[in-house]
Amino acid sequence: MDFLPFWLTLKLAFWTTLILLIIGIPIGYYLAYTKYKINLLFEAIINLPLVIPPTVLGFYLLLILNPKGIIGSFWHKLFGKSLVFHFEGIVVASVIYCFPVMINPLVSGFRSVPKNLIEVSLTLGKSKLETLIRVILPNMKFSVLTGIVLTFAHTLGEFGIVLMIGGSIEGETKVVSIAIYDAVEKLDYSTAHIYSAILLIFSLLTILSVYILNRRLSSDQA
Amino acid sequence: MERTIFRALAETKKQKLKRPMAMFKVTTLIMIIFFSAFIKISKAELIRVYAAADLQYALPEITSLYEKKYPQDKVETIFGSSGKGFSQIQAGAPFHLFLSADMSYVEKLYQMGLIVTKPKPYAKGILVIWVRADSGLNPSNFPNILLDPRVKKIAIANWEHAPYGRAAKEVLENYGIFEKVKNKLVLGENVSQTASFVYSKSAEVGFIPLSLALSENMKKVGLYYIVSEDKYKPIIQGYGITKYGENSPGAKRLYEFLSSPEATQIFKKYGFERP
Repeated sequence: MDFLPFWLTLKLAFWTTLILLIIGIPIGYYLAYTKYKINLLFEAIINLPLVIPPTVLGFYLLLILNPKGIIGSFWHKLFGKSLVFHFEGIVVASVIYCFPVMINPLVSGFRSVPKNLIEVSLTLGKSKLETLIRVILPNMKFSVLTGIVLTFAHTLGEFGIVLMIGGSIEGETKVVSIAIYDAVEKLDYSTAHIYSAILLIFSLLTILSVYILNRRLSSDQA
Repeated sequence: MERTIFRALAETKKQKLKRPMAMFKVTTLIMIIFFSAFIKISKAELIRVYAAADLQYALPEITSLYEKKYPQDKVETIFGSSGKGFSQIQAGAPFHLFLSADMSYVEKLYQMGLIVTKPKPYAKGILVIWVRADSGLNPSNFPNILLDPRVKKIAIANWEHAPYGRAAKEVLENYGIFEKVKNKLVLGENVSQTASFVYSKSAEVGFIPLSLALSENMKKVGLYYIVSEDKYKPIIQGYGITKYGENSPGAKRLYEFLSSPEATQIFKKYGFERP
């Protein structure tokens, strides 16, 4: 049994989640606490990956990430390898794909923190950054956790974009979902069964943990 | 409300004292685990081969023989339609060798400078129709079997980018039944997927390469019939070293090995003829 695809998938999920968490907090903060009309457009763009077919996204990414594309050529000059067909490329793809999955819980988390709590912290002389780290984030930790868990789980199931820009390369872009697809094509049903069962159980546990989180969240507020 | 504020502020104090150390430890541990994944452990030379899906079973047998002979090399194979390989190589895919199911893709890449060796034929592919033995259908009753009312779906590889699909379409046109069976056709992305449609009973009949029909998995449960070869243009399969693999001695070695007598023997076992 080859567990390399699982390892690769976990690595992909880890980096996707980490990157999204880092860029998601400032974006979520901005969206939750400002009221410009343009924000509507931003939120719409962020949520686009929820409805757009992965093939459309994959197609555009193939165009801009390939060694002659806008971002791809820049990357090629910097690191000497292309983004398509490489791990870094599928990280970029899954960050874009999972954007709404991370941002949405964060935005609602930011909005759920009582305004006066923030104001108290600010009037007591804490800076905005300190308020964010010491007051806001600890008070929305369940939202942050939900975002992390969902992003992680969402990445595990990613298929369409990786299929289009990954190229099923072992240890590089052959994640579990692709490995299952390949195994079915090869008529290797036993491998497909084992991989699928592991994914199924893992996904169920993830969703279960989100529900448990949410229950604790609501009982906390009560 | 006040209680919440107090709790929040109190928690902040508490965390300030004990969090950093623990956080630091956990983060470092996670980082080490994940960074270690980037370090390449094996020093063996890696040769990546993109191969037409009809080589799904023959090629792994050849490469494992190769790896036994040249233990310093490790071969990785990726299977798909030849057309997909063609476009992936154009998009800069890191494949050292390209084994297409027809010459034209290799020749086009050669003209673009993306294949650096002169396109070389390695095998001639044979088209068969395949049914499951438990379907009760008789494949030698071709092409009438396709019009049998029990045949609801006919699997065929997508002729836009799969040479065997192109050949199968040509056969149907030559028999003058393409229009009649058009609504029964289901398209696989490549011949492997096409075969798996019939294997899994999703379709009753499939146009597949002989090499797949002769594989362990399919031989056990199916019957095949060789489509008469004068009904389609010969499927001459070609290969070459890509620009990416130009400077790899391993790629060169494997390239040579693929036309060695040992490799030819295995190709023959899977029904490939000499080009």
